[in-house]
Amino acid sequence: MVRIPILRQGCAYESVEQATLVHHATREPFALVDQANSGMVRRDILLMDDNVLDSFSIADLIEIARKAGQLFVSASLPLGETQQSFDNYIGQLSATTGMPVAYCRNNAKKISGVLDEIESVLTGLTRGLDMRVLDRGYRAASGLNLNFYRAGRIFGAVLPSNSPGVHSLWAPAIVLKTPIAVKPGREEPWTPYRIIEAFAAAGIPREAMGFYPTDHAGAGELLRSVDRAMLFGGGATVKPYENNPNVELHGPGYSKIILGEDVVDDWEQYIDLMASSIDANGGRSCINASAIWAPRHTREIAAAVAQKLATHRALPADDPEATLAAFTNPAVAEQINAAIEHGLSGGGAVDLCREHRGSDRLARLGACSYLLPAVVRCDSREHLLANREFLFPYASVVECPENEMPDAIGPSLVATVLTRNEALIRTLMNHANVDRLNVGAIPTWKISWDQPHEGNLFELLYRQRAFQIEPAA
Amino acid sequence: MSSNSEKIENAKIALDRHTREIVQWHFDPATGTPFWLDHAKNWGWDPRTEVQCYDDLDKFEFFEDEWLRGGDVRRWVPKAFANDPIYTFETGGSTGVPKSRININDFRTDYELFSQTLSDASFPRGGDWLMLGPSGPRRLRLAVEHLCQHRGGICFCVDMDPRWVVKLIKSSRLQEMHEYKEHVVNQGLTLLRAHKGISCLFTTPKLLEALCERVSLVECGIKGVFCGGTQLTAQFHRFAREELLEGKIDFVPTYGNTLMGLACHKPFDPADNYSVIYHPPSPRAMIEVVDPDSPRNVVEYGQVGRARLTTLTKEFFMPRFLERDEGVRTRPCDAYPWDGIADVRPFSGFASPIVEGVY
Repeated sequence: MVRIPILRQGCAYESVEQATLVHHATREPFALVDQANSGMVRRDILLMDDNVLDSFSIADLIEIARKAGQLFVSASLPLGETQQSFDNYIGQLSATTGMPVAYCRNNAKKISGVLDEIESVLTGLTRGLDMRVLDRGYRAASGLNLNFYRAGRIFGAVLPSNSPGVHSLWAPAIVLKTPIAVKPGREEPWTPYRIIEAFAAAGIPREAMGFYPTDHAGAGELLRSVDRAMLFGGGATVKPYENNPNVELHGPGYSKIILGEDVVDDWEQYIDLMASSIDANGGRSCINASAIWAPRHTREIAAAVAQKLATHRALPADDPEATLAAFTNPAVAEQINAAIEHGLSGGGAVDLCREHRGSDRLARLGACSYLLPAVVRCDSREHLLANREFLFPYASVVECPENEMPDAIGPSLVATVLTRNEALIRTLMNHANVDRLNVGAIPTWKISWDQPHEGNLFELLYRQRAFQIEPAA
Repeated sequence: MSSNSEKIENAKIALDRHTREIVQWHFDPATGTPFWLDHAKNWGWDPRTEVQCYDDLDKFEFFEDEWLRGGDVRRWVPKAFANDPIYTFETGGSTGVPKSRININDFRTDYELFSQTLSDASFPRGGDWLMLGPSGPRRLRLAVEHLCQHRGGICFCVDMDPRWVVKLIKSSRLQEMHEYKEHVVNQGLTLLRAHKGISCLFTTPKLLEALCERVSLVECGIKGVFCGGTQLTAQFHRFAREELLEGKIDFVPTYGNTLMGLACHKPFDPADNYSVIYHPPSPRAMIEVVDPDSPRNVVEYGQVGRARLTTLTKEFFMPRFLERDEGVRTRPCDAYPWDGIADVRPFSGFASPIVEGVY
């Protein structure tokens, strides 16, 4: 069985306690993950050298990141006492997360792509700052001296298991000269471990990177001990940190598609866009749409999207046609399904996808449980199911007058607004409810490297300082 | 019969004899405990004749700790001790009425017996102690001080209110919780720096971590650490020995509570792979690992079950109490020829998680 150690300042450490990961299909033990006690996490972080990357130039780090991105998708890299090929990684990732192999490969490419495009990412994060300023400490630009200092001496990340693509969000911290300490999601230690090993193989000092599989208490210690952090999790997980400016929260997305008055009569043109926003990547990401808002035609829109999504089937993860992730814990699928059924039982909402499919949402294939897509048309935007997000392709379809939408949609990580109405666009632009605004037929999941959303890692890690220097004589 | 089997059998005989004596005491109208005498009126059976061995305690219903919340605390005082000075020690109480257990000398006796398990090299006779743990109405504060005095030392103490910590955690006021922890630790550090004679420490896992973040206890002259109060995992045990205490300070984990007393850790053996194994202070108290769905039945060795406690002292009789912990049943060992419990953690069968690990 594969054993994944803790990486304490980059060095493997085997704990006396391990968590056992099972293969989602066989339910057989598949990997042992060494568990860090919370005190160890804090002790190590306090002992980390926060200047260990300062001797690298940003240009060097960009090159290292590119190399790491290539190694990530091609090299044989250490995994505990063994070596892990890229194909091993994909197989292992799929085994413990239930994610289709094809999606695992796509997500790996996304991570590699971010590392390859890291310069564009940094440009987006810094709005075009000449990154050499971080090497020199200051520079004269447009007649002004710019000086930044790194407030995030050690950066921490408490990571999820739902989608490997999210790991592209924290990896740029290393290029921004910041040592990292990460806690992987329980079922998905594979990706952060491999990213760290790829960076090490590309030239980052191992002591700049810590990997701490741990429990809830350990995650809390990690967040407390680092200077700046990123936290992924559900509403209850992120709530205690809502007012902590040092922790960037990645909670539920509640991403949405919004149709304006001017285009809603042409809704049929957008069915593919809406379906794709809901089901891409197995519908497990916070950037998947979980609601469609329109001023009318919601019954027809829901029916058409449902018809399209009803074609998804439960297939083994290694089937090239697989599009849905299996639930590694069948009880979770049952709980989600029960929550939806509870919402439907009160009336005022109907799952049109189930009607089209003619079969239950909860499907079983061998030992695996799946949730087949749900498109729930709600009579009211106050309905229990109108603003929900689940770990499978799920969307509500809600009717709402256009002028009420900006206030009514609530916090939305991504909003794709389909309209040419400048007033609506401007209102949404000015509204705090939307974190990333796509204007036009752009799927909610489509990311532009130079457009950071859900927080800005550079702004989290760096602070600008007022700075003057006496001109040279 | 091998020597080990003989010790186990002798321990069982002693436990049976002790059980008979304690039941006689608590149900004798002259010496007994008003609570039990009153309770027994409706049973239709007399424990004094029907309890002849430890297993006969199965004839009692499970002890309910709710009986200890409120009401006349004197109903728990055996008539024989009615004129003695009485302590009441509390447990729980973050919200609502705490559970109260009366005490006269039990805490002293328990800790004097525990003292016999401590090495004089690690916990030097005459060495002073720092008690950095829960204070107030808890028995631990007085018990550790008595342990220290029993070994010839003087005990330095700080205040610590775990109920406040629980409230802070429950309301997600983590920053305040850490500030309070710092406040407690700072007082401990001040004492450590001011009193060079302190060579022994009682503290909890969280406070030990916080202390060692600030100082080297080796450099402070600490020789032995007695640790308890909350769950200790095997990995924490290793971490404490190897890193916090730098492999140079003795580490003695214990498991106990106000209701039962103090269970000692099996002497450290590398073969146990840092598993924390506790043995109760038989015959004064027993811990058994039982099937949560059928708590009259003890699980097999190596199996996980719920901790079931029984206290058998002249001051307090508590048969078959289902504790809020679970663990693995372990075999008797040389030092403790009766069952133990390993890897104790909060019972997983409760619907909502217990707030623990607060110290």
